[in-house]
Amino acid sequence: MRPKQFALAWAVLLALPASAGAQGGPVSVFAAASLKDAFTEAGALLARRRPGFAARFNFAGSQQLVLQIVEGAEADVFAAADQRSMGAVAGKGLTDGAPVIFARNRLVVITPRAAPGRVDRLQDLARPGLKLVLAAEVVPVGRYSREMLRKLSSAGGFGADFAARVQRNVVSEEENVKAVVAKVQLGEADAGIAYVSDVTPAVRGAVGVIPIPDAYNVIADYPIAVITGSRHRDDARAFVDFMLSAEGQRLIERNGLLGAAP
Amino acid sequence: MTWRALLVRVVAALAITLCLALIGLPVLALLLRVPAGTLLARLADPLVLSAVRLSLVTSVAAAALIVVLGTPVAWLLATREFHGKRILEAVIDLPMVLPPTAAGVGLLLAFGRAGLAGRALASFGISLPFSTAAVVMAEAFVALPFFVGAAAAGFREVEPRYLDAAATLRASPGTTFFRVMLPLALPSVLAGATMSWARALGEFGATITFAGNLPGVTQTMPLAVYIALETDLEAAVALSVLLVLLSLTVLVAVRALPLGPAALRHARRDPR
Repeated sequence: MRPKQFALAWAVLLALPASAGAQGGPVSVFAAASLKDAFTEAGALLARRRPGFAARFNFAGSQQLVLQIVEGAEADVFAAADQRSMGAVAGKGLTDGAPVIFARNRLVVITPRAAPGRVDRLQDLARPGLKLVLAAEVVPVGRYSREMLRKLSSAGGFGADFAARVQRNVVSEEENVKAVVAKVQLGEADAGIAYVSDVTPAVRGAVGVIPIPDAYNVIADYPIAVITGSRHRDDARAFVDFMLSAEGQRLIERNGLLGAAP
Repeated sequence: MTWRALLVRVVAALAITLCLALIGLPVLALLLRVPAGTLLARLADPLVLSAVRLSLVTSVAAAALIVVLGTPVAWLLATREFHGKRILEAVIDLPMVLPPTAAGVGLLLAFGRAGLAGRALASFGISLPFSTAAVVMAEAFVALPFFVGAAAAGFREVEPRYLDAAATLRASPGTTFFRVMLPLALPSVLAGATMSWARALGEFGATITFAGNLPGVTQTMPLAVYIALETDLEAAVALSVLLVLLSLTVLVAVRALPLGPAALRHARRDPR
């Protein structure tokens, strides 16, 4: 490259970040992976309704989002799949006002329709040689899954070592719930444990569901909060308010979660 | 000095500084975060140790696989013209630009239980996903182009007259390759092998997608770093520091390696 062109290329490169950092722009929503469908729909709806509103989503395991926010990622809204993750953010004074529970979720066992017959009921999860995929214990759904298995162990009828026998079948500890669903959807795992809301219309064709009785199930609380120092405070507030509104709650329920507005 | 020459220097200096800041600062930040004592204590953790061991075993296995499979390909690309050569080159390079997660999905769709080749493998009782072998495959997939590119460049630079001389002395093609071509191209071949090993060591996306994440079986250092980040930042940093030191040591060592006469005789073809 000739010097002039080289210098020009440099000028362009240096100018890029400046333009990207401009004011305005979308409100940045950091949300648990299990909220993907509900929030994407809510974002599109608000964008049509509120002039100038645009949302940019970062979906990942809640624990991953906590790290990003605490380490200074520019988030405007945080919605977690458990109180602990929200607590880690709120504990650093990073939430603008107290977090509010806006949704709940419960666990289900999912199985691939492509390879049926291996898991038909909860007892089958302990069958030797089964390939079970769970979320890692650091992910809220992973912790809930293990809690649920312990409850089943002490329930009688499953055997006191049920949780341990199931644990031996775990072939992978995924970093978020959507990765659990993907492995089951592709037929690589015989079963997985996910939220009921993860069995979306898009995966329903490939994934079968085994419900878990409420007595053993773990109900996950989803808190939401605006992040301190948000540069899009009004839009962030509007997003949170919408999720708590009657309409937002209906949207949440339509996406397989349980409503929980106070 | 003309203003143009000055401009070039300034821009070059700026570019070098920014490059160093981009790569050097994060590495420095990692190194400064953990005191050496803490680092050693962290590394004695059995989970960390098993990740380190698994990473070393799989990355070396992947590099060995790459050298065995990649050398004939590199030789072919460097010495022969044939139909579809450009396509072969493009296919070999593909893993460099493909997002590793996409590579992982591709590996699942090909070698998974319900995959294209996976179904046939399953009838022999072989199941690759969630196994250590899957880690090696994922690493080999993403690291292969780094070796083939370097080795082919090395083979291409070997002067044809040395090969012709060997042929007139009635050396068989095999002898010519192993006694003449390979020694002459050795620096490039070794550099390629090292680069591919280093890439395999750092592999994350294809591994977690294709092989999953299970301590002791498929949880390599990069996966352990990612999972540890969420509970134990210090452990994650300690593992990252170890990865940095390990890779840096090898990358520096290979550059300093005395390759003996082979390197000296590494003749360049005359420019045409």
